[in-house]
Amino acid sequence: MSSLLSLNASFAALADPTRRAILARLALGEATVNELAEPFEMTQPAISQHLKVLEEAGLIVQRVDGAKRPRRLATAGIEAMDQWLAMLRKALEKNYDRLDEVLAAMQAETIEPKIMEKKSKGKKP
Amino acid sequence: MTTMTMTKLTLKTEGDTHILATRHFAAPPEAVYRAHTDPKLIQKWLLGPEGWTMPVCINEARPGGKFRYEWTHPKQGSFHITGEFLELEPYTRIVHVERMHLPGPTPDNHVETTFAPDGGGTLMTIRMTLPDAKTRATMLATGMEHGMEASYVRLESMI
Repeated sequence: MSSLLSLNASFAALADPTRRAILARLALGEATVNELAEPFEMTQPAISQHLKVLEEAGLIVQRVDGAKRPRRLATAGIEAMDQWLAMLRKALEKNYDRLDEVLAAMQAETIEPKIMEKKSKGKKP
Repeated sequence: MTTMTMTKLTLKTEGDTHILATRHFAAPPEAVYRAHTDPKLIQKWLLGPEGWTMPVCINEARPGGKFRYEWTHPKQGSFHITGEFLELEPYTRIVHVERMHLPGPTPDNHVETTFAPDGGGTLMTIRMTLPDAKTRATMLATGMEHGMEASYVRLESMI
């Protein structure tokens, strides 16, 4: 029961692209808020807000190192990440499956006698 | 025309900053190339997971030309990618740079896409070059979900 709830929280946390990128960065090793904020050109408070969501979802943990509080992935975070990556791979396959259909339709068109009318400059309808 | 089974996507990283992807298509290079440069065609397939649409697709397919793709989802919001074409050799090769806007821009991703005849179809190869390893990891994480070039690959480097 609680693991289901936590999984929901994880996926909700993963619904945001910045939070996913933060997790990807943490997959390389622990990082401070400043290090995490850098690639996104986001303010520290904005990143902190995202970190809070990720922590509440059980995806990351922090430790105290003097004045710093570096974050790292929690084990649950890694597992959730794996699931997410599998999901993404599926999404990619979906893109190319769609492209296969587009290509098949294009070929069907070409085979028909009336190929294309005069190819004028692409105008927007 | 039936769907072939040899269409599986391959993804791998190369060195610290490259990502390679290949995919076979059962159509000639001319068609695959067009599907990557004609906005009306791009809008039909470059959509990632279910639920996303691309209301804006601007593609000036000429050297120096720009492109801009905007995606939107009823619940997950929207984002866009901008880029410029560096080289275009019709039906064989496209070289461009792109970055995502989240809304701040991500570092530039340099992408070379080639289309080679392959048993009556096409073997598409994408080679991406990122400024550094950290950028690659970040890009893979942000782009993949939406299934665009940036996205083809993140996984291999992370799993």
